[in-house]
Amino acid sequence: MTFIWAFIISGLFCAVGQVILDNTKLTPGHVTSLFTVLGSILAFFGIYDKLIELAGGGATSIISNFGYMLYTGALEGFEQLGILGIFSGMLTKSSVAIVGSIVFASLVALIFKPKD
Amino acid sequence: MNKDEYQKLVKKYEPKENKFQNVIYSFLIGGLVGFIAEGLIVLLMNFFDLTRIVAGAWTCLIIIFAASLFTAIGFFDNWMTKAKAGLLIPTTGFAHSVSSSALDYKKEGLITGLGSNFFKLAGSVILYGILSAFVLVIVRVIIGG
Repeated sequence: MTFIWAFIISGLFCAVGQVILDNTKLTPGHVTSLFTVLGSILAFFGIYDKLIELAGGGATSIISNFGYMLYTGALEGFEQLGILGIFSGMLTKSSVAIVGSIVFASLVALIFKPKD
Repeated sequence: MNKDEYQKLVKKYEPKENKFQNVIYSFLIGGLVGFIAEGLIVLLMNFFDLTRIVAGAWTCLIIIFAASLFTAIGFFDNWMTKAKAGLLIPTTGFAHSVSSSALDYKKEGLITGLGSNFFKLAGSVILYGILSAFVLVIVRVIIGG
């Protein structure tokens, strides 16, 4: 059942993104930023936890999950260290995505030539 | 010709995109990415005896690696134009923007090219993600005591 929900939830987010792209003048950069902020807003209201419970990888593989990880990381940091924890805990969970994309992008830039 | 007539003329010759078809494509491709991600999580959980959170982090890493590699090889740009938001909204869009700017600006030097343009597109995601999360956590802390 999780597989079906993974397909539906992930697909639905992408379809909404496409509708925004097609009907407004917003660029892909705007839309990805918008969905990241949407992720932290959904995390704030506790909806994103339910989405992950429901759809598993379908919810964790979209960019909104980045916003969710930032929010939950900062909140867990606050619970442990107080105000300082918001600063120190913010990037703990999303570190995988940021460091991963830096390392792999540098690696492929080193090996491959840009294709025109 | 006044401004209104010109606007009408521009609209007439603008390439018409089939919006309905775009949405269906995005839904199917985006759904497929989510489906594959869930499949990888289940696979990793069963094969390597990982918890769901660890398997999810590995899956995230694998998706980013795949997107970077396919961008470098060259066919991810074509997929991106076909699938549109279907590959933009998943983490693949983030990885694609980083690795394509790394590839494009490499020739302009390591610092002034690669270094300063690396997060040209993904930077706004990180910036506004962190700012919104920060504000929301502050609000949550004030409300929750």
